[in-house]
Amino acid sequence: MKDLNKYTTILCTMVLLLIADKAFASTLKVCSTCNYTSVKEAVKAAKSGETVLIENGVYQEYGIEIDKPLTILGRNRPVIDGNYKGQIFTVKASNVTIEGLTIKNIATSYRQDDAAIRVVEQSNVRILNNIILNTFFGIYLQNSDNCVVKGNVVKGQDVTGKNESGLGNAIHLWYCDNAVISNNKVQGHRDGIYLEFVKDSEVKNNLSEKNLRYGLHFMFSDRNVYTHNIFRRNGAGVAVMYTRDIRMEYNTFDNNWGAAAYGLLLKDISNSMIRNNTFRRNTTGIYMESSSRLDIQHNEFEQNGWAIRLLSSCTDDVFRYNNFVGNSFDVSTNGNSTLNLFENNYWDKYSGYDLDKDQVGDVPYRPVSLYSMLVERVPSSVMFMRSFMVDMLDNIEKVLPSFIPEDLVDEKPLMKKTNYDNDRKLAQVIR
Amino acid sequence: MSKIIKYVFYDIIKNKIVLAYTLFLLLLSIGLFNLGGSPDKAILSLLNLVLLTVPLISIVFATTHFYNSYEFMELLVAQPINRKKIFMSEYLGVACSLSGAFILGVGVPILVFGASLTGLYLLLTGVFITFIFVALAFLASVITRDKAKGIGIALMLWFYFALIYDGIILFILYAFADYPLEKATLVMTALNPVDLGRIIVLLNLDVSALMGYTGALYKSILGSLWGIGLAFGLMLLWILIPILSSRRIFSRRDL
Repeated sequence: MKDLNKYTTILCTMVLLLIADKAFASTLKVCSTCNYTSVKEAVKAAKSGETVLIENGVYQEYGIEIDKPLTILGRNRPVIDGNYKGQIFTVKASNVTIEGLTIKNIATSYRQDDAAIRVVEQSNVRILNNIILNTFFGIYLQNSDNCVVKGNVVKGQDVTGKNESGLGNAIHLWYCDNAVISNNKVQGHRDGIYLEFVKDSEVKNNLSEKNLRYGLHFMFSDRNVYTHNIFRRNGAGVAVMYTRDIRMEYNTFDNNWGAAAYGLLLKDISNSMIRNNTFRRNTTGIYMESSSRLDIQHNEFEQNGWAIRLLSSCTDDVFRYNNFVGNSFDVSTNGNSTLNLFENNYWDKYSGYDLDKDQVGDVPYRPVSLYSMLVERVPSSVMFMRSFMVDMLDNIEKVLPSFIPEDLVDEKPLMKKTNYDNDRKLAQVIR
Repeated sequence: MSKIIKYVFYDIIKNKIVLAYTLFLLLLSIGLFNLGGSPDKAILSLLNLVLLTVPLISIVFATTHFYNSYEFMELLVAQPINRKKIFMSEYLGVACSLSGAFILGVGVPILVFGASLTGLYLLLTGVFITFIFVALAFLASVITRDKAKGIGIALMLWFYFALIYDGIILFILYAFADYPLEKATLVMTALNPVDLGRIIVLLNLDVSALMGYTGALYKSILGSLWGIGLAFGLMLLWILIPILSSRRIFSRRDL
């Protein structure tokens, strides 16, 4: 009986596979010797649910409108060259998949936001594994829910000396819910990934670098998850604003340098979680303004100018188990009242002792130095860093604090750096 | 002239103090490189040493040396030798031996443990600072005949450049915080060789912090090769002005 069952299953599968070709609508091939020599023709001729298979070759086309559910599939990376004449794909139907194409050359326009692929008010659109080169906007989703943008490479131009208004965003989402943006590589645009009014979405495993403004930029985008992304060498780092309930984990913020560059800029963010991220060699690791109820844990701050700049408009934020190593300034603030909690962090500048050997320093650590307050007030005095006078002032202030905020203090600084992967025991305690 | 320089040079090397100075620097730098995790951190600690200890030792040693070799100089003046030549050879002898000690004591560990551009700048800064403070020491010693007074002036000069100056500037910056002070700060730092040296090394070390605000301006001015050249040029000026003016005083004065 058991055997029979097995055979039936196999037989059924075979039959299904055989008819699969017919069940799924037919495929329209596009190549220089096929029935269809242009993508546009094929798309026009295709019926709902069919596949347009584009073979290797270069197609000089633009203004392709997809108005029915189709799968546009590229085999051996066909190139669609827009020749700077206008938008290339405009998706005006749901359930469309665009996969495996190389799309390039869209002119910069100050009148309209031309994109390589634009999705207009649809849902379930999947944009997979495309290479998009030298465009104004790369992938532009407007008012479209449940879309997937995955494995694309969006490469713009060298942005040095460019103007913000002359550049578009690599991946741009506007009013899109439940989107998944993953494994993309974006560079050379204004913002790498731009989300506005995007809710319940997931952004993961992306690499965003060398963009003029922000690597990731989102506003009014609640309940999103950002994990395992790398943001590197962007003009101003990553900016997130006016949002609540987000989760940022395992991201790397790297080498965001400049007068107004931040690893992560938080403005009006609340009820969110920022954990296990690495901030390395940024001018400012995290800059926080009017942000409240944030849970900032297990992050690595390495060799930043300012690890954290906490403006006094922030309240109820918790900093725990973070490592601060080799930063010029650990924390700086602009006011005297701070309503945030620092606890159990590791500070490499901490010089206290641990008599009872419980790995927690016996003397509290004040991460804000007098000099960092001074620099906050008089930016030019940054040039006196490492001056003997400054070190002396700092040390005097440490012994007799009078200027630095009284309550911005880590009462239980850790003696050893938290090694998140290996410290099982500590990890259990934390959990 | 080279004969006198040679004589002064060997005389100082025979002196145990320079040997001790070399050993002190050597031990300290090797210790710092082995202690700190990264070479960058060690260079940072060395920077503090270069900016405090090196000026102090240079200025005190040079002043005492000048007064101690007064009789030798009087002897030379009695010979048919140009006074300026005597003075310059004294100066070069002292400065070269001290910077030799510095290069041996700090340069060798840097080369071994953390050879980098920053290390090179640190080394150059140290050498320049030695030359500058020896020049200032000679200026202090030609101003007065009294040894105690001379050493006092030298110490005051060190105190001023290494400590007080930064305090005064910070105070000025704080008091005039409402005005744009970027350019003014730049000029004011140029007026102190210790600050100049510090900034040259700092621009290579704490780059991320310095990239903010004022830092960006500094980086754009001093960060390029041209800017580094300018900074070292200014330091050269800091050698030339005191040494030339003290040479003038020395050659005109009644010994």
